[in-house]
Amino acid sequence: MSVSAITETTQYLTFKLGDEVFAIEISKVREVLDFTAITKVPRTPDFMRGVINLRGNVVPVVDMRLKFGMTKTENTVNTCIIIVEISLDGDTTVLGALADSVQEVIELEPDKIEPAPRIGTRLRTDFIKGMGKRDDNFIIILEIDKVFSVDELSLVRDAGDVPAPGGEGPSGT
Amino acid sequence: MNEEYDKLIETFREETYELLSELETSLFELEKDPHNGDAVSSIFRAFHSIKGAGGMFGFDEVSRFTHDIETVYDLVRGEKILPDKSLVDLSFAACDLIREMVTSPNEVQAQKKKADELLASLRQLFPEITEAKKTGKSALRGAGDLVLPAARLRAYRIRFRPAPDIFATGTNPALLLRELCGLGQCSVIAHSDSIPDLNGMDPELCYTSWDVILTTEQDMDAIRDIFIFVEDTAELIIEMIDDGESAVDSADYKKLGEILVEKRDITPKDLQKVLGGRKRLGEMLIDEGLVQPESIQAALIEQEQVRQIREGRLKKEVISNIRVSSEKLDKLVNLVGELVTVQARLSRHALYTDDPELGSIAEEVERLTAELRDNTMNIRMLPIGTTFSRFRRLVRDLSTDLGKEVEMVTEGGDTELDKTVIERLGDPLVHLIRNCIDHGIEPPQDRESLGKPRKGMVRLSATHSGANVLIEIEDDGAGLDAGAIRARAAQRGLVATDAELADGEIFSLILAPGFSTAEHITNISGRGVGLDVVKKAADSLRGEISIRSEKGKGTIIILSLPLTLAIIEGLLIRIGEEHFVLPLSAVEECVELIGGDSHGRHIANVRGRIVPYIRLREQFAIGGSAPEIEQIVIVRNETARVGFVVDTVIGENQTVIKTLGRVYKGLEGISGATILGDGTVALILDVSKLIRIVEEGEVSGQAIQ
Repeated sequence: MSVSAITETTQYLTFKLGDEVFAIEISKVREVLDFTAITKVPRTPDFMRGVINLRGNVVPVVDMRLKFGMTKTENTVNTCIIIVEISLDGDTTVLGALADSVQEVIELEPDKIEPAPRIGTRLRTDFIKGMGKRDDNFIIILEIDKVFSVDELSLVRDAGDVPAPGGEGPSGT
Repeated sequence: MNEEYDKLIETFREETYELLSELETSLFELEKDPHNGDAVSSIFRAFHSIKGAGGMFGFDEVSRFTHDIETVYDLVRGEKILPDKSLVDLSFAACDLIREMVTSPNEVQAQKKKADELLASLRQLFPEITEAKKTGKSALRGAGDLVLPAARLRAYRIRFRPAPDIFATGTNPALLLRELCGLGQCSVIAHSDSIPDLNGMDPELCYTSWDVILTTEQDMDAIRDIFIFVEDTAELIIEMIDDGESAVDSADYKKLGEILVEKRDITPKDLQKVLGGRKRLGEMLIDEGLVQPESIQAALIEQEQVRQIREGRLKKEVISNIRVSSEKLDKLVNLVGELVTVQARLSRHALYTDDPELGSIAEEVERLTAELRDNTMNIRMLPIGTTFSRFRRLVRDLSTDLGKEVEMVTEGGDTELDKTVIERLGDPLVHLIRNCIDHGIEPPQDRESLGKPRKGMVRLSATHSGANVLIEIEDDGAGLDAGAIRARAAQRGLVATDAELADGEIFSLILAPGFSTAEHITNISGRGVGLDVVKKAADSLRGEISIRSEKGKGTIIILSLPLTLAIIEGLLIRIGEEHFVLPLSAVEECVELIGGDSHGRHIANVRGRIVPYIRLREQFAIGGSAPEIEQIVIVRNETARVGFVVDTVIGENQTVIKTLGRVYKGLEGISGATILGDGTVALILDVSKLIRIVEEGEVSGQAIQ
């Protein structure tokens, strides 16, 4: 799906990683949790931070900063886990995304969204659905199903030789 | 109505499938011993039940077809026909056809043709059938007067009060009663007292109930079978009033009053009231000075005890089984899982709160939860025998197809396993057995020239071993050729050409995906067909496969499976801030590791014996430094004892297993996760996988050096 597929005004949840603002379609978001104890699963890449207990279910948590080639998310009072529902190979899976802070829910009209530039975002272009414009700031709208696709996450399998995940620019790790 | 009808049909299907599998089991018995009267009776009974049910649910073709087969077995029962292989063959074919008819009722035409063909060949074999029909001696009627030599006559009292809306389901109680009368000598008393006045009567409701006294050689199940479709809604009480066995010391039966009370026609109080005017026999006897009060007392006690024993026995027979959908069971197991988690929280809270009352409550809850958990898990346990009997058929068909003579031996059919495990075990076992017969067992003439018995043997056995069940599939066929497998694997790049491998490890190579027949070398001709499927299935059940084989002698494949998939006993340990759970069933002991590694080697001396150990802190790259005194948890892995070094052993833990989900698919060494009392997540270690990973790591490490 590209930016041309966005034809309706949609609500997005915005969140910050460092100074950058990102957005996820609100329909993908199930809830937002405060930071909680994460149990690291051994032999997995660093960006897979581990698993948490979500009301009796074990839910994996991905560090978005590491995934996008920034430094590891530090735990602050604003750190939170965005619980998203994504489809992995056709099955609905619940995942947590660790973000520095959650901002707000916004509405964006289709004409406020532009295709992502091919260079300059320091992110793989297929992770980006489009660039939203709001009060002179750009918001990177994520294609969340791509970010958390089986291929991306199955790096788990050969944890030994994980390439710098996701990021094309200078890696923070 | 429609939905309900569909449900009924579904029940009918399930029951027919069950009957068919019973039937097949009995057919095997009959094949072994043509004079086996029990087998004949149970075959007859099964066909009879299928016929009855088929008619009731509009599967007319089923009941027409089955009727004739039943007639044949009626004759067999009457010892007018001696069953032989051709009859058994035809009966198997009949089972298949019935199954087909029940499964896809829309292809009646084709099935009818098949049925007619089958019946024609039956008639050809047994001209007696037509004769039996002519004399009008239908199988149903005949059931009662065909007396098997060892049969005893027993008397039953049956109270049948159908649900008022019984007609709405299309059941005619009169037919049921007629069928009942077919079982033996029978007197029926109808109770019409609850029929209202004509103007208050709904003609579509049934107001009548019946009392039946039946004398028959059939057992209680046979009677129950008749009422099988109304049992759930009707009030049905079947009681044995004479078991035909207990010594008869007096022809007198119970007193009138007793019978009435037993039938709940009058209450004991009423009886007392009526009898109240008179003195009891015992008192009269004492008054007359004929006997001592003590002897009367003793007699009364004796009477009471016998009655109680009998009553208990009857109750047990009345309520023996109920049918519950597996969905409900799954739900129950989930709830118990949640309860266990909450209980862990409570216990933890009680531990840190200085309140003895709370402590004792927590203990009580813990005990009850454990008991509830065990019981719930127990409900899900099924004997594996039903699956085994399915394979007998497979073996029979396959060996006929391949022109081999194979005998199947099963052991431990009553070993119980979790329902889910049994369900998922079916296909892998089919694969393994197919392999045994196809590639293991040699053709009869080859076997003879090798000095083996003509008939090959496939042994399927199940045994308990701790918290695991071992399922062994053994054949006495050609065995595996280790050298050939090894060469093949090396060629495919599965192993290094110079790797040192034990035989067991070499045999395990046939389980690797891609070790297929596509371009196989002849002497191990495709023994790897789809065996990776078996491996995958075993993995998904957290099971292990090991293979032993001797060339020319045979092969044993051993599947070791956990008893249950939902909750296990675990040992909780801690390394740094992280908690892990080891399956307690694998743990042998915990000892202290003092002084750390000697000369950098990971070997401990435990009471004079060498135990290699694995530092989990290193393996899992957990930061921080180890405490002065560490603990070694020693586990037994197939053959060797291996230690896991941890910071602290916390203790036993009821572990509700949660999967890590798709995201962590393919992760090795961790079999799942569980939620601890404080709400955090702990990972469950897959002990044998971890050991293997470390072994492989060290072996390849040495290779590099």
